[in-house]
Amino acid sequence: MGGYLHRGRPVSETAIRHDFSAEPVSNVTGYRAFTAGSFRFSRDEYFATIEWPKGRHQMPVDAFLRALMRDIAWGFFYGTVNFDAVFGTTNLYGQVDMFAGRYNDSYRAAGLDWQERFEASELMPLFKEMISDWTNDGYDPFAAPQETDAPWGRKNGGNDAAVTRQRVTARRMVGLPGDTQPRTDESGYPVNRMFADVPQDAPLVEAEPGFEDQVCAYNLFAYLSRSDVTWNPSVCSVLEDSLYCPTTEEFILPIEHGNDRVEWFMQLSDEITWDVKDKETGKPRAKVTMRAGDIAAMPADIRHQGYSSKRSMLLVWENASNAIPEMIQRGEAPVTPVQF
Amino acid sequence: MRAAQHASAARHSAVAAGDEETPLAGGGYTTVFGALNDYRKGHIEIIDDDPKNYVFSNVFEIAETCAPYERVVAGKNFDYVIEAGRAERDSPWFTNAHDEFVLCMDGEIEVRLIKPEAPLLAPDARGAHLAGAAPAGAKMGRLVLRRGHQGLLPKGCAYQFSAARPSVFTIQTVLGPVSVEKWADICIGGGQ
Repeated sequence: MGGYLHRGRPVSETAIRHDFSAEPVSNVTGYRAFTAGSFRFSRDEYFATIEWPKGRHQMPVDAFLRALMRDIAWGFFYGTVNFDAVFGTTNLYGQVDMFAGRYNDSYRAAGLDWQERFEASELMPLFKEMISDWTNDGYDPFAAPQETDAPWGRKNGGNDAAVTRQRVTARRMVGLPGDTQPRTDESGYPVNRMFADVPQDAPLVEAEPGFEDQVCAYNLFAYLSRSDVTWNPSVCSVLEDSLYCPTTEEFILPIEHGNDRVEWFMQLSDEITWDVKDKETGKPRAKVTMRAGDIAAMPADIRHQGYSSKRSMLLVWENASNAIPEMIQRGEAPVTPVQF
Repeated sequence: MRAAQHASAARHSAVAAGDEETPLAGGGYTTVFGALNDYRKGHIEIIDDDPKNYVFSNVFEIAETCAPYERVVAGKNFDYVIEAGRAERDSPWFTNAHDEFVLCMDGEIEVRLIKPEAPLLAPDARGAHLAGAAPAGAKMGRLVLRRGHQGLLPKGCAYQFSAARPSVFTIQTVLGPVSVEKWADICIGGGQ
Protein backbone atom coordinates (compact mmCIF):
# COMPACT_ATOMS: atom_id res chain seq x y z
CA MET A 1 0.00 0.00 0.00
CA GLY A 2 1.41 3.35 -0.90
CA GLY A 3 -0.14 5.28 1.95
CA TYR A 4 -0.71 4.85 5.64
CA LEU A 5 -3.63 3.87 7.79
CA HIS A 6 -6.04 6.45 9.05
CA ARG A 7 -8.02 5.29 12.07
CA GLY A 8 -7.74 1.72 10.87
CA ARG A 9 -8.83 2.25 7.29
CA PRO A 10 -6.86 3.05 4.21
CA VAL A 11 -6.98 6.69 3.35
CA SER A 12 -8.39 7.58 -0.02
CA GLU A 13 -5.26 9.42 -1.06
CA THR A 14 -2.97 6.44 -1.59
CA ALA A 15 -3.32 6.60 -5.37
CA ILE A 16 -1.26 9.24 -7.09
CA ARG A 17 -3.33 11.97 -8.68
CA HIS A 18 -2.31 13.27 -12.06
CA ASP A 19 -5.23 15.61 -12.72
CA PHE A 20 -4.55 19.34 -12.68
CA SER A 21 -6.35 22.26 -14.23
CA ALA A 22 -6.42 26.03 -14.47
CA GLU A 23 -9.87 27.54 -14.80
CA PRO A 24 -10.65 30.55 -17.01
CA VAL A 25 -9.94 34.03 -15.71
CA SER A 26 -12.69 35.26 -13.39
CA ASN A 27 -14.67 38.13 -14.86
CA VAL A 28 -14.97 39.59 -11.36
CA THR A 29 -11.52 39.27 -9.78
CA GLY A 30 -9.30 38.75 -12.80
CA TYR A 31 -7.67 35.72 -11.19
CA ARG A 32 -7.80 32.11 -12.24
CA ALA A 33 -8.74 29.21 -10.02
CA PHE A 34 -6.69 26.00 -10.02
CA THR A 35 -7.32 22.38 -9.18
CA ALA A 36 -4.96 19.60 -8.14
CA GLY A 37 -6.76 16.30 -7.72
CA SER A 38 -9.78 17.03 -5.52
CA PHE A 39 -8.32 20.27 -4.16
CA ARG A 40 -9.50 23.55 -5.63
CA PHE A 41 -7.73 26.87 -5.07
CA SER A 42 -9.25 30.30 -5.74
CA ARG A 43 -8.47 33.84 -4.64
CA ASP A 44 -10.47 37.00 -4.31
CA GLU A 45 -9.49 40.46 -3.18
CA TYR A 46 -8.47 39.36 0.32
CA PHE A 47 -8.48 35.60 0.67
CA ALA A 48 -7.23 32.36 -0.78
CA THR A 49 -9.89 29.67 -0.57
CA ILE A 50 -9.06 25.98 -0.55
CA GLU A 51 -11.81 23.43 -1.09
CA TRP A 52 -11.69 19.65 -0.83
CA PRO A 53 -14.39 16.97 -0.71
CA LYS A 54 -14.90 17.30 3.04
CA GLY A 55 -14.38 20.98 3.64
CA ARG A 56 -13.43 24.50 2.74
CA HIS A 57 -10.75 26.73 4.25
CA GLN A 58 -9.77 30.37 3.85
CA MET A 59 -6.45 32.09 4.46
CA PRO A 60 -5.55 35.78 4.11
CA VAL A 61 -4.01 35.86 0.66
CA ASP A 62 -0.80 37.52 1.87
CA ALA A 63 -0.16 34.64 4.28
CA PHE A 64 -1.06 32.09 1.62
CA LEU A 65 1.27 33.62 -0.97
CA ARG A 66 4.18 33.88 1.47
CA ALA A 67 3.76 30.21 2.37
CA LEU A 68 3.30 29.11 -1.23
CA MET A 69 6.43 31.03 -2.18
CA ARG A 70 8.54 29.09 0.34
CA ASP A 71 7.07 25.76 -0.68
CA ILE A 72 8.06 26.54 -4.27
CA ALA A 73 11.47 28.01 -3.50
CA TRP A 74 12.45 25.12 -1.26
CA GLY A 75 11.20 22.36 -3.55
CA PHE A 76 8.67 21.28 -0.89
CA PHE A 77 11.53 21.41 1.65
CA TYR A 78 12.22 18.78 4.27
CA GLY A 79 9.16 17.16 5.81
CA THR A 80 5.93 19.08 6.20
CA VAL A 81 5.21 22.65 5.15
CA ASN A 82 2.11 23.74 7.06
CA PHE A 83 0.69 26.84 5.39
CA ASP A 84 -1.33 27.24 8.58
CA ALA A 85 -3.05 24.94 11.08
CA VAL A 86 -5.10 23.27 8.33
CA PHE A 87 -3.49 23.18 4.89
CA GLY A 88 -0.05 22.12 3.71
CA THR A 89 2.25 19.68 1.93
CA THR A 90 4.55 16.85 2.97
CA ASN A 91 7.62 16.08 0.94
CA LEU A 92 8.11 12.41 0.15
CA TYR A 93 11.13 13.23 -2.03
CA GLY A 94 9.79 12.57 -5.48
CA GLN A 95 6.16 12.64 -4.45
CA VAL A 96 4.21 15.11 -2.37
CA ASP A 97 1.22 14.72 -0.10
CA MET A 98 -1.20 17.65 -0.09
CA PHE A 99 -3.43 17.73 2.95
CA ALA A 100 -6.17 19.60 4.73
CA GLY A 101 -6.63 18.95 8.44
CA ARG A 102 -4.23 15.99 8.40
CA TYR A 103 -2.12 17.53 11.18
CA ASN A 104 -4.97 19.13 13.07
CA ASP A 105 -6.39 17.24 16.03
CA SER A 106 -9.91 18.61 15.64
CA TYR A 107 -10.18 17.95 11.93
CA ARG A 108 -8.85 14.44 12.49
CA ALA A 109 -11.29 13.74 15.31
CA ALA A 110 -14.18 14.99 13.19
CA GLY A 111 -13.08 12.96 10.19
CA LEU A 112 -12.80 16.08 8.06
CA ASP A 113 -9.16 15.68 7.14
CA TRP A 114 -8.16 14.93 3.57
CA GLN A 115 -4.95 14.06 1.82
CA GLU A 116 -3.93 13.30 -1.75
CA ARG A 117 -0.61 12.38 -3.29
CA PHE A 118 1.05 13.90 -6.36
CA GLU A 119 4.26 13.59 -8.27
CA ALA A 120 6.38 16.53 -7.17
CA SER A 121 7.37 17.25 -10.76
CA GLU A 122 3.69 17.57 -11.73
CA LEU A 123 2.50 19.59 -8.74
CA MET A 124 5.29 22.14 -8.82
CA PRO A 125 4.33 23.68 -12.20
CA LEU A 126 0.79 24.24 -10.92
CA PHE A 127 2.08 25.97 -7.80
CA LYS A 128 4.34 28.17 -9.93
CA GLU A 129 1.47 29.04 -12.23
CA MET A 130 -0.69 29.88 -9.22
CA ILE A 131 1.80 32.22 -7.58
CA SER A 132 2.51 33.93 -10.88
CA ASP A 133 -1.19 34.53 -11.50
CA TRP A 134 -2.07 35.56 -7.94
CA THR A 135 0.86 37.92 -7.28
CA ASN A 136 0.08 41.50 -8.21
CA ASP A 137 2.46 44.18 -9.41
CA GLY A 138 4.59 45.47 -6.54
CA TYR A 139 3.91 42.61 -4.15
CA ASP A 140 6.90 40.45 -3.18
CA PRO A 141 6.03 37.40 -1.08
CA PHE A 142 9.71 36.97 -0.14
CA ALA A 143 9.92 40.45 1.37
CA ALA A 144 9.15 41.64 4.87
CA PRO A 145 5.74 43.35 5.07
CA GLN A 146 7.32 46.80 5.45
CA GLU A 147 9.34 46.29 2.29
CA THR A 148 6.63 45.42 -0.18
CA ASP A 149 3.34 46.66 -1.51
CA ALA A 150 0.15 44.91 -0.46
CA PRO A 151 -1.26 41.89 -2.30
CA TRP A 152 -4.90 42.90 -1.94
CA GLY A 153 -7.41 43.71 -4.61
CA ARG A 154 -8.32 42.53 -8.03
CA LYS A 155 -5.78 41.33 -10.56
CA ASN A 156 -3.26 44.07 -11.24
CA GLY A 157 -0.23 43.03 -13.23
CA GLY A 158 2.31 40.61 -11.87
CA ASN A 159 5.77 40.32 -10.31
CA ASP A 160 7.46 37.32 -11.89
CA ALA A 161 10.89 38.80 -11.24
CA ALA A 162 10.22 38.40 -7.51
CA VAL A 163 8.49 35.03 -7.52
CA THR A 164 10.99 33.30 -9.79
CA ARG A 165 14.09 34.05 -7.71
CA GLN A 166 16.48 31.12 -7.52
CA ARG A 167 17.70 29.88 -4.16
CA VAL A 168 21.41 30.68 -3.79
CA THR A 169 23.46 27.55 -3.24
CA ALA A 170 27.22 27.62 -2.92
CA ARG A 171 28.93 24.44 -4.05
CA ARG A 172 31.76 24.63 -1.49
CA MET A 173 31.87 28.09 0.09
CA VAL A 174 30.85 31.59 -0.85
CA GLY A 175 33.80 33.55 -2.20
CA LEU A 176 35.81 30.69 -3.69
CA PRO A 177 36.80 31.10 -7.33
CA GLY A 178 33.99 29.84 -9.54
CA ASP A 179 31.55 29.63 -6.65
CA THR A 180 28.83 31.99 -5.38
CA GLN A 181 30.36 35.42 -4.84
CA PRO A 182 29.83 37.91 -1.99
CA ARG A 183 26.98 40.35 -2.48
CA THR A 184 27.76 43.97 -3.32
CA ASP A 185 25.98 47.17 -4.26
CA GLU A 186 27.23 46.64 -7.79
CA SER A 187 25.73 43.16 -8.00
CA GLY A 188 22.36 44.52 -6.94
CA TYR A 189 22.40 43.71 -3.23
CA PRO A 190 22.43 46.87 -1.11
CA VAL A 191 22.66 46.59 2.67
CA ASN A 192 19.22 46.12 4.20
CA ARG A 193 17.82 49.05 6.17
CA MET A 194 17.87 47.06 9.41
CA PHE A 195 21.51 46.00 8.95
CA ALA A 196 22.95 49.43 8.10
CA ASP A 197 25.28 49.14 11.10
CA VAL A 198 26.75 45.75 10.15
CA PRO A 199 30.49 46.11 9.34
CA GLN A 200 31.27 45.43 5.71
CA ASP A 201 34.98 44.78 6.20
CA ALA A 202 36.63 41.91 4.37
CA PRO A 203 38.92 39.38 6.02
CA LEU A 204 42.62 39.48 5.28
CA VAL A 205 43.40 36.71 2.81
CA GLU A 206 47.01 36.04 1.85
CA ALA A 207 47.31 33.09 -0.50
CA GLU A 208 50.67 31.80 -1.66
CA PRO A 209 50.98 31.22 -5.40
CA GLY A 210 49.20 28.05 -6.39
CA PHE A 211 46.84 28.07 -3.41
CA GLU A 212 44.51 30.87 -4.45
CA ASP A 213 41.64 28.43 -4.88
CA GLN A 214 41.99 27.05 -1.35
CA VAL A 215 42.96 29.98 0.83
CA CYS A 216 39.71 31.87 1.05
CA ALA A 217 37.47 33.73 3.46
CA TYR A 218 34.61 36.19 3.21
CA ASN A 219 32.40 38.23 5.50
CA LEU A 220 29.33 36.09 6.14
CA PHE A 221 27.60 38.71 8.26
CA ALA A 222 28.05 41.32 5.52
CA TYR A 223 26.78 38.78 2.99
CA LEU A 224 23.65 38.26 5.08
CA SER A 225 23.15 41.98 5.67
CA ARG A 226 22.63 42.28 1.93
CA SER A 227 20.04 39.54 1.55
CA ASP A 228 16.96 40.77 -0.29
CA VAL A 229 14.68 38.03 1.01
CA THR A 230 13.40 36.85 4.36
CA TRP A 231 12.96 33.32 5.67
CA ASN A 232 14.73 31.84 2.67
CA PRO A 233 17.92 29.96 3.56
CA SER A 234 20.78 29.96 1.07
CA VAL A 235 23.63 27.48 1.19
CA CYS A 236 26.92 29.18 2.08
CA SER A 237 29.28 26.32 2.98
CA VAL A 238 29.11 22.63 2.18
CA LEU A 239 30.83 19.78 3.98
CA GLU A 240 29.52 16.66 2.26
CA ASP A 241 25.87 16.52 3.45
CA SER A 242 26.39 19.15 6.15
CA LEU A 243 24.92 22.38 4.81
CA TYR A 244 25.23 25.80 6.41
CA CYS A 245 22.07 27.58 5.24
CA PRO A 246 22.04 31.04 6.82
CA THR A 247 19.12 33.36 6.26
CA THR A 248 17.74 36.69 7.39
CA GLU A 249 14.47 36.79 9.25
CA GLU A 250 11.93 39.54 9.78
CA PHE A 251 8.29 39.29 10.87
CA ILE A 252 6.95 35.70 10.87
CA LEU A 253 8.17 32.49 9.28
CA PRO A 254 5.37 32.12 6.73
CA ILE A 255 4.89 28.43 7.46
CA GLU A 256 4.86 26.07 10.41
CA HIS A 257 7.70 23.78 9.46
CA GLY A 258 7.28 20.16 10.52
CA ASN A 259 10.69 18.80 9.70
CA ASP A 260 11.13 15.07 9.23
CA ARG A 261 14.64 15.20 10.66
CA VAL A 262 16.50 17.07 13.33
CA GLU A 263 17.29 20.61 12.28
CA TRP A 264 19.68 22.96 14.05
CA PHE A 265 19.54 26.73 14.48
CA MET A 266 22.36 29.03 15.53
CA GLN A 267 21.24 32.59 16.12
CA LEU A 268 23.91 34.87 14.67
CA SER A 269 22.34 38.21 15.58
CA ASP A 270 19.37 39.70 17.38
CA GLU A 271 16.51 37.51 18.53
CA ILE A 272 13.89 35.04 17.31
CA THR A 273 11.15 33.40 19.34
CA TRP A 274 10.00 30.00 18.13
CA ASP A 275 6.55 28.63 18.77
CA VAL A 276 6.95 24.88 18.95
CA LYS A 277 3.97 22.56 18.54
CA ASP A 278 3.47 18.84 18.24
CA LYS A 279 3.91 17.83 14.60
CA GLU A 280 0.94 15.47 14.54
CA THR A 281 -1.62 17.31 16.64
CA GLY A 282 -0.57 20.94 16.62
CA LYS A 283 -0.69 21.16 20.40
CA PRO A 284 1.78 23.70 21.87
CA ARG A 285 4.92 22.21 23.41
CA ALA A 286 7.33 25.08 24.04
CA LYS A 287 8.45 28.60 23.22
CA VAL A 288 12.15 28.88 22.48
CA THR A 289 13.74 32.32 22.57
CA MET A 290 17.10 32.44 20.82
CA ARG A 291 19.58 35.31 20.99
CA ALA A 292 22.96 35.92 19.40
CA GLY A 293 25.21 32.93 20.03
CA ASP A 294 22.44 30.56 21.04
CA ILE A 295 22.41 27.19 19.32
CA ALA A 296 19.55 24.70 19.57
CA ALA A 297 18.03 21.70 17.85
CA MET A 298 14.50 21.43 16.60
CA PRO A 299 13.41 17.82 17.24
CA ALA A 300 12.02 15.74 14.38
CA ASP A 301 8.57 15.37 15.95
CA ILE A 302 7.59 19.03 16.18
CA ARG A 303 6.52 21.90 13.97
CA HIS A 304 7.99 25.35 14.53
CA GLN A 305 7.26 28.92 13.52
CA GLY A 306 9.57 31.84 14.26
CA TYR A 307 8.95 35.50 15.09
CA SER A 308 11.62 38.13 14.54
CA SER A 309 10.70 41.71 15.45
CA LYS A 310 13.92 43.12 14.05
CA ARG A 311 15.57 41.60 11.00
CA SER A 312 17.97 39.01 12.35
CA MET A 313 20.58 36.58 11.09
CA LEU A 314 19.91 32.89 11.60
CA LEU A 315 22.12 29.96 10.65
CA VAL A 316 19.96 27.00 9.65
CA TRP A 317 22.07 23.85 9.69
CA GLU A 318 20.75 20.89 7.72
CA ASN A 319 21.89 17.35 7.04
CA ALA A 320 20.94 16.68 3.42
CA SER A 321 21.87 12.99 3.43
CA ASN A 322 19.83 10.96 0.97
CA ALA A 323 19.86 8.12 3.49
CA ILE A 324 17.70 10.02 5.97
CA PRO A 325 14.32 9.63 4.18
CA GLU A 326 14.79 5.85 4.20
CA MET A 327 15.79 5.97 7.86
CA ILE A 328 12.65 7.97 8.53
CA GLN A 329 10.51 5.40 6.72
CA ARG A 330 12.11 2.63 8.76
CA GLY A 331 11.64 4.60 11.96
CA GLU A 332 15.40 4.71 12.52
CA ALA A 333 15.97 8.44 12.31
CA PRO A 334 16.47 9.95 15.74
CA VAL A 335 13.86 12.39 17.02
CA THR A 336 16.45 14.28 19.04
CA PRO A 337 20.12 14.51 18.12
CA VAL A 338 21.71 13.96 21.52
CA GLN A 339 20.87 12.17 24.75
CA PHE A 340 22.34 13.53 27.95
CA MET B 1 29.51 40.16 31.26
CA ARG B 2 28.34 36.77 32.37
CA ALA B 3 24.97 35.93 30.95
CA ALA B 4 22.34 34.65 33.26
CA GLN B 5 21.69 30.96 33.42
CA HIS B 6 18.28 29.90 32.31
CA ALA B 7 16.21 27.12 33.62
CA SER B 8 14.33 24.60 31.62
CA ALA B 9 10.95 25.93 32.55
CA ALA B 10 9.50 29.38 32.11
CA ARG B 11 11.90 31.09 34.46
CA HIS B 12 13.11 34.28 32.82
CA SER B 13 16.31 35.47 34.36
CA ALA B 14 17.14 39.11 34.29
CA VAL B 15 20.32 39.82 32.40
CA ALA B 16 22.43 42.86 31.96
CA ALA B 17 23.88 42.85 28.49
CA GLY B 18 21.42 44.21 25.99
CA ASP B 19 18.62 43.77 28.46
CA GLU B 20 16.60 46.58 27.00
CA GLU B 21 14.55 46.23 23.85
CA THR B 22 16.32 46.58 20.55
CA PRO B 23 17.31 50.23 20.58
CA LEU B 24 16.86 52.74 17.84
CA ALA B 25 19.99 54.73 17.08
CA GLY B 26 19.41 57.93 15.18
CA GLY B 27 16.21 56.60 13.71
CA GLY B 28 17.98 53.46 12.54
CA TYR B 29 18.40 50.00 13.97
CA THR B 30 21.04 48.43 16.13
CA THR B 31 22.07 44.91 15.22
CA VAL B 32 22.87 42.88 18.33
CA PHE B 33 25.76 40.46 18.02
CA GLY B 34 27.16 38.50 20.91
CA ALA B 35 30.67 38.75 22.32
CA LEU B 36 32.75 36.81 24.77
CA ASN B 37 32.14 39.38 27.47
CA ASP B 38 28.78 40.65 26.31
CA TYR B 39 26.08 38.17 25.46
CA ARG B 40 22.58 37.48 26.60
CA LYS B 41 21.48 33.89 26.47
CA GLY B 42 17.92 33.02 25.49
CA HIS B 43 15.62 30.59 27.19
CA ILE B 44 12.97 27.91 26.79
CA GLU B 45 9.43 28.21 28.11
CA ILE B 46 8.19 24.68 28.50
CA ILE B 47 4.50 23.98 27.91
CA ASP B 48 4.55 20.22 27.44
CA ASP B 49 8.04 19.03 26.66
CA ASP B 50 11.50 18.22 27.99
CA PRO B 51 13.99 21.09 27.63
CA LYS B 52 16.73 18.57 26.89
CA ASN B 53 15.07 17.90 23.53
CA TYR B 54 16.31 21.29 22.31
CA VAL B 55 20.00 20.74 23.21
CA PHE B 56 20.13 24.49 23.84
CA SER B 57 23.44 26.18 24.61
CA ASN B 58 25.30 29.39 23.77
CA VAL B 59 28.63 29.50 21.98
CA PHE B 60 29.86 32.52 23.94
CA GLU B 61 29.08 30.81 27.20
CA ILE B 62 30.89 27.70 25.96
CA ALA B 63 33.88 29.80 24.93
CA GLU B 64 33.89 31.55 28.28
CA THR B 65 34.05 28.34 30.27
CA CYS B 66 36.16 25.97 28.13
CA ALA B 67 39.94 25.71 27.89
CA PRO B 68 41.58 27.59 25.03
CA TYR B 69 41.10 25.68 21.79
CA GLU B 70 38.98 23.02 23.45
CA ARG B 71 36.69 22.11 20.57
CA VAL B 72 33.37 21.70 22.32
CA VAL B 73 30.58 20.13 20.29
CA ALA B 74 27.64 22.53 20.36
CA GLY B 75 25.63 20.97 17.54
CA LYS B 76 25.51 17.38 16.31
CA ASN B 77 23.66 15.93 13.34
CA PHE B 78 24.64 12.29 12.96
CA ASP B 79 28.44 12.55 12.68
CA TYR B 80 28.45 16.15 11.52
CA VAL B 81 29.12 18.70 14.24
CA ILE B 82 29.46 22.37 14.99
CA GLU B 83 32.29 22.92 17.43
CA ALA B 84 32.65 26.07 19.52
CA GLY B 85 35.58 27.37 21.51
CA ARG B 86 37.87 30.15 22.56
CA ALA B 87 40.93 31.17 20.61
CA GLU B 88 43.70 32.47 22.83
CA ARG B 89 47.38 32.70 21.82
CA ASP B 90 48.56 29.89 19.51
CA SER B 91 46.59 26.69 19.04
CA PRO B 92 48.06 23.26 18.40
CA TRP B 93 48.40 22.35 14.75
CA PHE B 94 45.36 20.50 13.44
CA THR B 95 44.85 18.56 10.26
CA ASN B 96 41.91 17.08 8.39
CA ALA B 97 41.00 14.80 5.52
CA HIS B 98 37.92 16.82 4.49
CA ASP B 99 37.01 20.48 4.34
CA GLU B 100 36.17 22.36 7.51
CA PHE B 101 34.87 25.90 7.84
CA VAL B 102 35.69 28.27 10.68
CA LEU B 103 33.47 31.21 11.59
CA CYS B 104 34.82 33.95 13.84
CA MET B 105 32.05 35.00 16.22
CA ASP B 106 34.03 37.57 18.21
CA GLY B 107 37.53 39.04 18.26
CA GLU B 108 40.25 38.38 15.72
CA ILE B 109 41.73 35.03 14.76
CA GLU B 110 44.65 34.37 12.46
CA VAL B 111 44.62 31.08 10.57
CA ARG B 112 47.95 29.73 9.28
CA LEU B 113 47.70 27.10 6.56
CA ILE B 114 50.30 24.54 5.44
CA LYS B 115 50.10 21.88 2.77
CA PRO B 116 51.95 18.91 4.31
CA GLU B 117 54.61 17.26 2.18
CA ALA B 118 52.78 13.97 2.60
CA PRO B 119 49.22 13.35 3.79
CA LEU B 120 49.03 13.19 7.56
CA LEU B 121 45.79 11.22 7.63
CA ALA B 122 44.16 8.35 5.84
CA PRO B 123 41.78 9.60 3.15
CA ASP B 124 38.78 8.38 5.13
CA ALA B 125 39.81 9.99 8.42
CA ARG B 126 36.95 11.91 10.01
CA GLY B 127 37.04 15.13 11.96
CA ALA B 128 40.00 17.24 12.98
CA HIS B 129 43.15 15.59 14.30
CA LEU B 130 46.18 16.94 16.10
CA ALA B 131 49.08 17.34 13.70
CA GLY B 132 51.94 17.56 16.20
CA ALA B 133 54.55 20.27 15.66
CA ALA B 134 54.29 22.46 12.59
CA PRO B 135 54.28 19.92 9.76
CA ALA B 136 56.85 20.16 7.02
CA GLY B 137 55.27 21.42 3.85
CA ALA B 138 54.48 24.37 1.69
CA LYS B 139 52.97 27.49 3.16
CA MET B 140 49.53 27.89 1.68
CA GLY B 141 48.87 31.30 3.17
CA ARG B 142 46.98 32.83 6.05
CA LEU B 143 43.65 34.37 6.95
CA VAL B 144 42.84 37.01 9.51
CA LEU B 145 39.21 36.69 10.53
CA ARG B 146 37.15 39.11 12.54
CA ARG B 147 33.53 38.89 13.68
CA GLY B 148 31.35 37.35 10.99
CA HIS B 149 34.18 36.20 8.75
CA GLN B 150 34.02 32.60 7.55
CA GLY B 151 37.14 30.84 6.26
CA LEU B 152 37.90 27.55 4.58
CA LEU B 153 40.17 25.01 6.27
CA PRO B 154 40.75 23.01 3.10
CA LYS B 155 40.86 19.25 2.90
CA GLY B 156 44.29 17.81 3.60
CA CYS B 157 45.80 20.94 5.09
CA ALA B 158 47.39 21.56 8.47
CA TYR B 159 46.27 24.68 10.28
CA GLN B 160 46.97 26.67 13.37
CA PHE B 161 44.88 29.41 14.97
CA SER B 162 46.35 32.38 16.78
CA ALA B 163 44.62 35.15 18.70
CA ALA B 164 46.24 38.07 20.46
CA ARG B 165 43.21 38.39 22.72
CA PRO B 166 40.50 35.88 23.62
CA SER B 167 38.23 35.37 20.64
CA VAL B 168 35.38 33.02 19.79
CA PHE B 169 35.14 30.54 16.93
CA THR B 170 32.75 27.93 15.63
CA ILE B 171 33.77 25.21 13.18
CA GLN B 172 31.61 23.26 10.74
CA THR B 173 33.24 19.84 10.78
CA VAL B 174 32.82 16.14 11.57
CA LEU B 175 33.01 14.48 14.96
CA GLY B 176 36.65 13.54 15.47
CA PRO B 177 39.33 12.79 18.05
CA VAL B 178 39.66 16.39 19.21
CA SER B 179 35.89 16.96 19.51
CA VAL B 180 34.73 17.29 23.12
CA GLU B 181 31.17 16.33 23.99
CA LYS B 182 29.94 17.58 27.36
CA TRP B 183 26.27 18.20 26.72
CA ALA B 184 25.16 18.12 30.34
CA ASP B 185 27.60 20.91 31.15
CA ILE B 186 26.57 23.26 28.37
CA CYS B 187 22.86 22.65 27.74
CA ILE B 188 19.71 23.92 29.36
CA GLY B 189 18.26 21.06 31.37
CA GLY B 190 21.66 19.51 31.88
CA GLY B 191 22.00 20.59 35.47
CA GLN B 192 22.50 24.28 34.96
